[in-house]
Amino acid sequence: MKFTKTLATAAAMGLALSGAAFADEDPIKAGFIYVGPIGDLGWTWTHDQGRLALEAEYGDRVETSFVESVPEGADAERVMSQMARAGMDIIFTTSFGYMDPTINVAEDFPDVAFAHATGFKRADNVATYSARFYEGRYVIGEIAGAMTETNKIGYIASFPIPEVVRGINSAYLAAKSVNPDVEFKVVWVYTWFDPGKEADAANALIEQGVDVIMQHTDSPAAMTIAEEKGVYAFGQASDMSAFGPNAQLTAILDNWAPYYIDRVGAVLDGTWESTDVWDGIGAGMVGIAPFSDNIPADVQARATATIAAIASGEFQPFTGPINKQDGSVWLAAGETADDGSLAGLNFYVEGIDGELPQ
Amino acid sequence: MLRLEPRQKASNMMLYFTPLIAVALTMVVGGALFAMLGINPFDAIWIIFFDPFLDSFNLSQLFIKAAPLILIAIGLSLGFRAGVWNIGAEGQFIMGALVGGATGLALWGMEGWWILPFMAIMGAVGGFAWAMIPAILKIRFNANEILVSLMLVYVAQNLLSAMVIGPLRDPDGFNFPESRSFSRNDATELPMIFEPLGLHVGGVVALIALAGAFILLQRHSLGFNIKLTGDSPRAARFAGVNPSIIIAVCLGISGALAGLAGLFELTGPAGKLTTNFPVGYGFTAIIVAFLGRLHPVGILLAGVVLAGTFIGGENAQFMLQLPSAAVRVFQGMLLFFLLAVEILISYRIRFSKGAS
Repeated sequence: MKFTKTLATAAAMGLALSGAAFADEDPIKAGFIYVGPIGDLGWTWTHDQGRLALEAEYGDRVETSFVESVPEGADAERVMSQMARAGMDIIFTTSFGYMDPTINVAEDFPDVAFAHATGFKRADNVATYSARFYEGRYVIGEIAGAMTETNKIGYIASFPIPEVVRGINSAYLAAKSVNPDVEFKVVWVYTWFDPGKEADAANALIEQGVDVIMQHTDSPAAMTIAEEKGVYAFGQASDMSAFGPNAQLTAILDNWAPYYIDRVGAVLDGTWESTDVWDGIGAGMVGIAPFSDNIPADVQARATATIAAIASGEFQPFTGPINKQDGSVWLAAGETADDGSLAGLNFYVEGIDGELPQ
Repeated sequence: MLRLEPRQKASNMMLYFTPLIAVALTMVVGGALFAMLGINPFDAIWIIFFDPFLDSFNLSQLFIKAAPLILIAIGLSLGFRAGVWNIGAEGQFIMGALVGGATGLALWGMEGWWILPFMAIMGAVGGFAWAMIPAILKIRFNANEILVSLMLVYVAQNLLSAMVIGPLRDPDGFNFPESRSFSRNDATELPMIFEPLGLHVGGVVALIALAGAFILLQRHSLGFNIKLTGDSPRAARFAGVNPSIIIAVCLGISGALAGLAGLFELTGPAGKLTTNFPVGYGFTAIIVAFLGRLHPVGILLAGVVLAGTFIGGENAQFMLQLPSAAVRVFQGMLLFFLLAVEILISYRIRFSKGAS
C-alpha cells in the first residue's frame, strides 16, 4: 500500500508545515543555511563541523538540518521561511549575504531565534556572531615574518571589507614586530572562492620573490602551488596540510562548535536572547593548527607564547603606537583599538605598500 | 551498431505527450536515485513535485521563481524556432539588471511613479544591446551566435563584479561588494500584484509577453517568417525573408526580455546588485523553453513546473537531508529525458551488423 503511505506522509508533512511547535518532549530543532556545498574543507565545511558537534553534544535533545548552496537573496529568504515554518527553533544563517534576508524573515517569525554570521544588523530575535580571525592572523604573521628569507610575504585578499583589512593589518604588524625589513605584497582577487584566480595570484606572488603566502580566500589552490614551487603557506579555515604537506606552516582554524553548542544550550533552557558574539582564540572560536616541523623551535615557542597572551587577553594585536598608512596617528602608545573602530576598519597601517581599493 | 533512422511519420499525438513522458521517466529514475541514497523516493518526489503546488506558502513563492524563467524562455523560444541560438540569456539578464540598476542609482533620492518604469525600459535596453553583439557579429561576419552569446555571459559577470566593487557600491556598506537596496526604497521597489501566488509586476509582464508571443506566432507575418526560417531556411529565403532581420529580431527580443527579467529580479526578489546576483535563470530558461516545446502555453506550464521543483528541491534538502547535488541531477534528468524521448519519437533505433 505504497500510495496510502505516501498520502499519510504528506499529511504528516502538512502538519509539520503548519508550524505547530509542541511542548518540551520534542527535541530542539536547529537549522543551518550554507552558502556553498559542504565539501571537505573551507568555510561551509567548518560550519557543518559545528553542526555535527552540536548533535554529538546534545544527542536526542536536538535535531539539526541544513540546506547547502543557497544563493544570497530571494532564495535565502524562502529557505529561511520554510525552515521557520517547519518548526525550527533556531536558524543559523552562515554567510554575510544572508544579512538582509535574515532580518526580513525574522520579522515574520518573532518566535524563532535567528543567528547571522559576520553581519552587522541585529533584531530582538536576530543575533550576530563572528570570529576574531585577526587574532589568528597575528600569530601566523609572526611566524611568516620569521620564516621569510626574501623578506617578501604574499597576501591573497578577497574583498577590501573591514574583515579582510583587519587581517592584513594584523598580520603585517606581527611580521614587522619580528622582522623590520618585511614587505607585504597584497593581491586582490575579488572572490571568496575561485581556485583558478587564487592559483594565478599565488604564481604571480611567487614570481615577485615572495616565499611565504597567506590567503583570505577559501580554496587550497594557493597551498598546492606553494607545495609545487617550494615556498611556505598557511591554511585558511581548516587544516590544508593534505594539499601542502611541506608547504603548510600552520593554519587558522574556524571553530564554530563552542558557539553553536552554547547558543542551542540557551534555547534548550529558555535563556536565549539576541547577542552579538565576537570571539577569538580565548573562547576557542579561532584555532591554530599544529605547527609544521619546518618552523624552528624558537619561532614555535614565540608563537605559542603569543597564542597564550592573546587567549588570556593580556595582549591585543592592535596595540599602539600604530600609525595609519598616511603617517597620521591611529593608536597612541599603549592604546588598544576598540571593537567599533575595528568593525569599520578601512585603512592600511603604516608600512604597507600599495593603495587599499576604496 | 546502433543507428538512428527517421520514422516515416512522427506521431503528433506522441510529440504532444513528450513532456509528460519525460516527467514520468524523471520521477522513476530520480526516485531510484533517491532510493539508492537511502531516502524514501515517494516522500522525495512528493515534496519536490507536488507539495510546491498544494501548500499555500510554497504557492506564494511560485511565480517569484517562475516569472524570470518564463519571461526569458519566451524570448528564447522565438529564436530557437528560427534556428537562432541565444545561449547567453544569463548575460543579458545581468546587463539588464546592471543598466537598469545603474539608472536607478543615478536617480537615487528622487521620487516619482515614473522611476521604476524608466528603470525597466533601461533594463530592456541593456539586455537588448548585449544581445545585439552576437547579432551583429552573426550578420556581418557569420560568427557563431552560440559561442559569442555564451562567452558574453562571463564578460557580463565580470563587468557586474567590477561595478559592484567600484562605482555602484553602496557608499554606506562598509566596502562590501553590494549596491544599495532597491527593494527597500519606495521609488525603486517592485510592487507585488497577487501575493498568494507570488505574482509581482514582473510576473504580470511575463504573462503579457506570453500573450504577445502567442499572437505573434499565430497571427503575424513576422511570426510566420520566424517559423519558416527555422523549418526551412532555403524556402524562407526564396519567399523573400531576410535572414539578417530574423537574427536581429530574435536576438533583440530575447535580449530585451532577459534584460527586463534581470531588472525585475533586481528591484523585487534579489533587492540589490551583488557579485552573487546571477543564479542561473538565464540558463534554466533554456530548459523551460524546450520543456514547453517552444510554445507559449507550454512555456507557462514548464516555467511553473520547474519553479516548483526548485522550491520543492530546497524543501527536500532540509526535510529529508537530500543532498543539493541530487536535486540538481534530478532537474538535469528532466531535460535529458525530454530530448531523448523527442529523438525516439522522431527516429527509430536500428541494429545493424558491422559498418554498412
